[in-house]
Amino acid sequence: MNFWEHITTFFSAENYTLFVVSIGSGILCFAAGVVGTFTYLRKRALIGDVISHSVLPGVTIAFMLTGVKNPVYFLLGAISSGLLSIWIVDYVQAKSKLKPDTILALTLSVFFGVGIVLLTKIQHSGNAAQSGLDSFLFGKAASMGMLDVQLFSVIAVVNVLCIWFFLRGFSLVSFDENYAKGLGFNVSFLKSFLALITVVTVAIGVQAVGVVLMAALLITPAAGARFLTNSISRMLLYAGAFGFLSGVVGVVISYSGTGMPTGPWIVVVLSVFALLAILFGKKKGVLARMRLRNANNIKINNENVLKDVYKIAKDGKNTISINDLVDQEKYAIAKLKSILKRLENDNHLDQIRGLIILSDKGRLAAREVIRKHRLWEIYLSKYFQLDADHLHDDAEGIEHVITPEIEKELIRLLERPETDPHHSKIPY
Amino acid sequence: MSIPIIEAHNLTVVYGRKPALWNVDFKLPEKQVIGIMGPNGSGKSTLLKSIMGVVKPTSGFTRVYDQELDKVRHKVSYVPQRQEIDWDFPASVWDIVAMGRYQKRGLFKKLTSEDKDIVTDSLEKVNMLGYAKRQISQLSGGQQQRVFLARAIAQQGDLFLMDEPFAGVDIATEEMIISLIKDMKDAGKTLVIVHHDLHTAQSYFDHLVLLNTRLVACGPTSEVFTDQILTDTYGGRLTTIAKISQEMENKEFPMRHK
Repeated sequence: MNFWEHITTFFSAENYTLFVVSIGSGILCFAAGVVGTFTYLRKRALIGDVISHSVLPGVTIAFMLTGVKNPVYFLLGAISSGLLSIWIVDYVQAKSKLKPDTILALTLSVFFGVGIVLLTKIQHSGNAAQSGLDSFLFGKAASMGMLDVQLFSVIAVVNVLCIWFFLRGFSLVSFDENYAKGLGFNVSFLKSFLALITVVTVAIGVQAVGVVLMAALLITPAAGARFLTNSISRMLLYAGAFGFLSGVVGVVISYSGTGMPTGPWIVVVLSVFALLAILFGKKKGVLARMRLRNANNIKINNENVLKDVYKIAKDGKNTISINDLVDQEKYAIAKLKSILKRLENDNHLDQIRGLIILSDKGRLAAREVIRKHRLWEIYLSKYFQLDADHLHDDAEGIEHVITPEIEKELIRLLERPETDPHHSKIPY
Repeated sequence: MSIPIIEAHNLTVVYGRKPALWNVDFKLPEKQVIGIMGPNGSGKSTLLKSIMGVVKPTSGFTRVYDQELDKVRHKVSYVPQRQEIDWDFPASVWDIVAMGRYQKRGLFKKLTSEDKDIVTDSLEKVNMLGYAKRQISQLSGGQQQRVFLARAIAQQGDLFLMDEPFAGVDIATEEMIISLIKDMKDAGKTLVIVHHDLHTAQSYFDHLVLLNTRLVACGPTSEVFTDQILTDTYGGRLTTIAKISQEMENKEFPMRHK
């Protein structure tokens, strides 16, 4: 069976379970991605870990009290102990001198430890109903039912509505809490409310992917989305989409083999998405930066060649051939040819039978580079202690960086100088 | 002095056991440029924060326009310290300055075209209109400070509380801010500015509050900017205050009135 057959059987009516599980996981991861965006922006990534580990004792206590495996009881238990853990973190932080990371690590391990102890106790109690309770550790997405999907959908809708409604407040609190307080907004309400929807989302998500992986669902979508945009509403959108896609794709992959776990696959897919975003992000991504570096190199080469051609022409040589440039031993011949070709295509110069003729456009561009070079030399010698013989090397690099605005500022600052420190005239 | 624009009465703020402000009492006049000065850790920022209600006083109180802050909050614009914020937040310059209108519009109402005009004007006042769409992480320190200033201007308050607006900015920005401050003063605004550069204090401020956990002096610059008071504030016997505070923190001594 090939991949596409997998996909088609997967979403067909006969394969109802898989359909339910993939959609359910998708919706859950969507909800987590949206809420997690604020966890990420408030730099509380570790809080996500604390909450998810801290729901375990709540779940086990709920089971011990009721003796049944009811998702609603589990949810209530999980939410209570999750909220308690946040409260403890904040309280200890306000009242003690412990460092934040110590408090987070301690709270996480104490809650998780208690949870494991209780879980072990239940497992040894001989209660037949307890089997499968340990799925809270790594999740049990595979056994998701339509009821779960409905629950996830409700949570997702509630999350989206809350965030849409409070977007301004949440953004303000995430960016600048003190200013928000100064404006008179109820910052502690906003923070508690954000904490509440985070805990509820985690408490639900834990039932699918387990406490160990839940934090990844909160933080990873946001971390990836941050590389794609500089707008908070788009970031929320992307994080939600990343979450949904990873949920669905993770389930598809885990079902296409035998005995492959669902939760971990969701997290793996999520990480791949985040990694891709980091690589291909439009502005901050690795590739974008490589492209930028490449563009810079092209600019530097173009400007240097133009400058050299211009200078040779100015020294009184009427016909300039490619050999004149090669003689300067700055460029390899192949590279030089490609730079010249590029400049010809941009109409900076013409090449006729091995001769190079600067166009007006090329001449202006060359003068601009020389002007920037000399202005920078003057600027350096005027404001800094730098020997005259060091000025040139510095300006060789900076002449390509100076924007027209900065050039204008330099001219104003230096009062439109006529000559540079080496007594060369500045071409305006 | 007519009605004081800001009054602090017995203001004490304690972090843990360590006093940041200790029985501070003063009244500030309206329509002046007022500097709050003192060495590092002398409670300057804490003072602004307690006036703004960001920090709760352990005892004592502050009043603005002789009223509770909440009644006159709309008249007060706060410029927090630029360095306290993570500027790698997904927002544009425009988004940040628009926050200045949130007080008027609340958390839910849309910004009107009047609000947008105000944001535009505010950006223009600080020479940042050309950067409106720029992502804030790309700004230099001086530009960040201008954005914060524009946000405060967009609030259209009468009283401006600025936390270290001159810290880490370029000369051009410092000159721009100071001329803006003069204009604002001429327009009848009151400006309270945390500052730490003694050289510029005399030319920038009409009135000074000199702090070293306790209030050392408060009055017109010409009267309080004396060698004696500056020595009292920045060195000499008053560093004993710092030692006492440290002692209280380390040994968990209570303050008497608590």
